[in-house]
Amino acid sequence: MSASADFEPTIIGFLCRWCSYTGADLAGTSRVKYPPNMIPLKVMCSGRVDPSLVLKALADGADGVLILGCHPGDCHYHEGNHKTMRRVPMLKSVLQQYGIDPARVRLEWVSASEGDRFAEVVHDFTEEIRALGPQKRVESVA
Amino acid sequence: MGENGKPKFAMYWAAGCGGCEIGVLDIQEALLDVADFFEIVFWPVAIDAKYKDVEAFEDGYIDLCLFNGSIRSDENRHMAQLLRAKSKILVAFGSCAHEGCIPGLGNQYGTEALMDYAYSLSPSTENPQGLRPQAVYEMPEGDLEIPTLLDVLTPLDAVVNVDYYVPGCPPQPPQILAVMTAIMQGAELPPPGSVIGAGVKTVCDECPRERKEKKIREFKRPGTAQPNPNECLLDQGFICLGPATRSGCDALCVKANAPCRGCYGAPPNVEDQGARMMSAIASVIDSSDPEEIQHIIASLDDPLGTFYRFSLAKSSLRRLAR
Repeated sequence: MSASADFEPTIIGFLCRWCSYTGADLAGTSRVKYPPNMIPLKVMCSGRVDPSLVLKALADGADGVLILGCHPGDCHYHEGNHKTMRRVPMLKSVLQQYGIDPARVRLEWVSASEGDRFAEVVHDFTEEIRALGPQKRVESVA
Repeated sequence: MGENGKPKFAMYWAAGCGGCEIGVLDIQEALLDVADFFEIVFWPVAIDAKYKDVEAFEDGYIDLCLFNGSIRSDENRHMAQLLRAKSKILVAFGSCAHEGCIPGLGNQYGTEALMDYAYSLSPSTENPQGLRPQAVYEMPEGDLEIPTLLDVLTPLDAVVNVDYYVPGCPPQPPQILAVMTAIMQGAELPPPGSVIGAGVKTVCDECPRERKEKKIREFKRPGTAQPNPNECLLDQGFICLGPATRSGCDALCVKANAPCRGCYGAPPNVEDQGARMMSAIASVIDSSDPEEIQHIIASLDDPLGTFYRFSLAKSSLRRLAR
């Protein structure tokens, strides 16, 4: 897949309310620069991110989906992020088998104090999706 | 209603295995009541009526049409559109019409690849001339035509408006009987678009097995290990789609010591059955070490076909191009 020069990826980000969203806030208040491609959605826990939400995002127009949660051991709900840690590779195995590059979905841990890391992850992922090019969709299923 | 005052009944078999037709026969002697109540105007398996007879019906002539099978060819699509126009109530009957079912798994390869496999690559194929079916073949007596496959297989509701869905592969006879009885007794039908002939919970709600806390260290398959008949199959590491499957079959497979494969489709308020199952099963993997998790997931053969065995053609994945 060749990426066109003017392709700007659309990325849906699911950010855990306790760590990663606060980390994103810190990046903002610290005026750290990062690409504007990610549309952040605040969720109560990365464990709330059902694979169906990720698939729906991809089917509805996202080129990539970024899931950010607390570091393992830091989950506000004890083990919500442990469930995410298991669900994401399961989803990736299904995507791979269907012929979708699993790199379009990424799970990272970002704590509330890691504003710089948040910016770095968003930057990295945006460039990776830019290189992969747009996620194509089936125009008509009839 | 016709001159004899009987409502008109039709049933059609598109891209499917015919199990749905057998399902209807399996209502046994009650079939006589159905045959007595309705006038059967089109049902290729049971009576001799031609497509041109259906074309001659006026719109809305058929009161109830059970459409089984998915839309795989242009012929299937044509018949779906024709029967839609001629039917007051069009029912997507069985898993194929409801959500694509097993034939829908072909969508992961594409029509070209399916033809390549069937006519060239499969081990049992001997086709040195590379013959392929042609849509039109010219004969001295005139052109012969056969249907052609569409690019993707779809459920019925992707091509026409559907009034009701009866899930199942095949729909279970007691459910079919309940639906037919309700219609024959003139019971008030649910709003159009509803799933009928099924429950509103999951298969787990009907399952008699004993459940404990689920912790999966390795995925097992029937055939490689013998399941205990009294304990939850998921507890034992067998993938059972019960938690992500609509009730209504009375837990038929699990009662026969076989894991649920998910033929009744997603439960109410779930859009994507496969994703729901992935979510449920992954969360009970008994490890918090990324490498070990990978290892456990790798012990599951064919995750796509396992989670989307019946629903791939209706899933979110169907909208993604590869």
